[in-house]
Amino acid sequence: MELGRANLDVFADTVLEIAGQDRDVLVVTSDSRGSGKLTHYGDTLPAQIIELGIAEQNVIGISAGLASAGKKVFATSPACFITARAFEQIKNDVAYSDQPVRIIGISAGVSYGALGATHHSLHDYAALRAVHNITIIAPADNFEAREAIKAIHNIDHPVYVRFGKAAIPHVHGENSTFTIGKAATIRDGHDLTFIACGETVPVALAAAELLAAQGIECRVLSMHTIKPLDEQAIRQAARETGAIITVEEHSIHGGLGEACAAVLMQQGPVVPFRIVGFPDEYMVTGSQKEIFNHYGISADGLAKTARAILG
Amino acid sequence: MLTDVELKAKSIEYRETILRIIKQARAGHTGGDLSSVDILNVLYNNILRVSPETFADPDRDRYVQSKGHSVEVLYTVLADRGFFPAQELDTLGQYQSHFIGHPTRSVPGIEQNTGALGHGLAVAVGMALAAKLDRRSYRVYTLIGDGELDEGSNWEASLAASHYKLDNLTVIIDRNGLQITGRTEDVNPLEPLADKFRAFGYAVWEVDGNDTQALIDAFSRTPFETGKPNLVLAHTIKGKGVSFIENAAKWHHRVPTDEEYAIAQRELQQAREQLS
Ligand SMILES: Cc1ncc(C[n+]2csc(CCOP(=O)(O)OP(=O)(O)O)c2C)c(N)n1
Ligand SMILES: [Mg+2]
Repeated sequence: MELGRANLDVFADTVLEIAGQDRDVLVVTSDSRGSGKLTHYGDTLPAQIIELGIAEQNVIGISAGLASAGKKVFATSPACFITARAFEQIKNDVAYSDQPVRIIGISAGVSYGALGATHHSLHDYAALRAVHNITIIAPADNFEAREAIKAIHNIDHPVYVRFGKAAIPHVHGENSTFTIGKAATIRDGHDLTFIACGETVPVALAAAELLAAQGIECRVLSMHTIKPLDEQAIRQAARETGAIITVEEHSIHGGLGEACAAVLMQQGPVVPFRIVGFPDEYMVTGSQKEIFNHYGISADGLAKTARAILG
Repeated sequence: MLTDVELKAKSIEYRETILRIIKQARAGHTGGDLSSVDILNVLYNNILRVSPETFADPDRDRYVQSKGHSVEVLYTVLADRGFFPAQELDTLGQYQSHFIGHPTRSVPGIEQNTGALGHGLAVAVGMALAAKLDRRSYRVYTLIGDGELDEGSNWEASLAASHYKLDNLTVIIDRNGLQITGRTEDVNPLEPLADKFRAFGYAVWEVDGNDTQALIDAFSRTPFETGKPNLVLAHTIKGKGVSFIENAAKWHHRVPTDEEYAIAQRELQQAREQLS
């Protein structure tokens, strides 16, 4: 896999491109333009950035008001704060009131590694999945990040997009397509499927390559849209490959894994199934990579889980 | 109790340690650490009635660091006060270390986990209110960044602090004038800040927050007014003590290069020589 850029950089470039052609686009920040790689955006389009200081609740409330008046808002702030601190504003002012705000959660998951639990967002899928009327997207690589940002330029309902700040390998080739709500097949196989989202997709792909060398052929799906979920792709994977491992940079509670499990338990087929994510514990200290490795989100760790489930 | 000269020597030593551990960890909040050094120095060496031996005592004074990102200064001062061996500072940010990049109660001496801004004051109000309810004599201190004041929760907690007449609570504002993006007055203006705090029911004391003697004077006078929470508006310099780090927004969380580190060490050594 060839290493690309950080999805954060791709976001910053894409939003600048979009905003340059559409004066209704506004980026709203919470002392977060540096963290969001938006300093260049702010210098280029000073009239299209609204800085509100370190006040995430205000960011979402004001974004809802701006959206009601036709502004196309990208409310951009670390995923940990914008989805926890401003949760009620998201639930009521945005989702319930159906104000089409684009909430951009930067440095998501454990991107902030050693800064600790205040800075991790392991709850955002779970929290927002339980809120009606908000789409949840976690792009895997630069292609998906760019396509996702372009796809939400014109929307009628709220969307949450989250990604990290580390350089990410390309998992998509030349002829890939991106559709919100539709899983992307990154690799095909018939022995097992890894259903991954966000920046764990390249890790799942690396595991699949490792397993292929041992004669185990895995399918890898990028489930970039966590809500609404591509139920058909999940059931098809279970039917055709007979075993599922979900992988996410999130708590094992309430995220992609439990969402996929619910689909299969209720609609079938029920197949051997494992959820890989972060356990319910005080998280180990370390970089994003070290934390991934510690909890088995690595090529080796996932290959081991695959061998265990296949018996 | 340290003399003022001893305190000033400590501040230099703390600044050296902070830069060393940030350099080693390749991460840290350099500017805000250096701006708060003198405040934590005075609190932990001369004001707070707390020690490793008394940390479980219900009558101990409490310190909650709301501006959690300046954790390196807190770890440095706690190590110096004997809460844990100083060598442990070298594990800052490392895999499986207890010393993460924001205050955590898994490190001895820390009262409350912080790091998301705008939480410390409400917790400190709760601690101070409990002292009033139980008629205990302990005092509660919390340190807040000026950019952090953008968070509305501070103002909600302030209403409660004054309603419950918490004169056992001292709120310290690290008024260094900078947040990440730039000057507070450009990002989200705060002035007239002292008037705002007075209007919220505080007794306000303005002080040079990098002057140890002035800080001792301020803290020794609490309560400034019976029945009112105390607010120490500490005018500081972000990055204080190293010329090129002072007053520069980009040093919020920059890590010094080898060359910058060498210059900083030299400047701090010169400051030490000037003391004696
Ligand atoms: C709720 C929340 N939002 C954003 C951040 C990211 N952040 C960390 S430090 C900082 C700037 C703080 O500025 P200030 O309070 O003035 O601190 P100081 O200048 O003393 O470093 C920001 C925005 C955070 N830690 N918590
Ligand atoms: Mg400041």
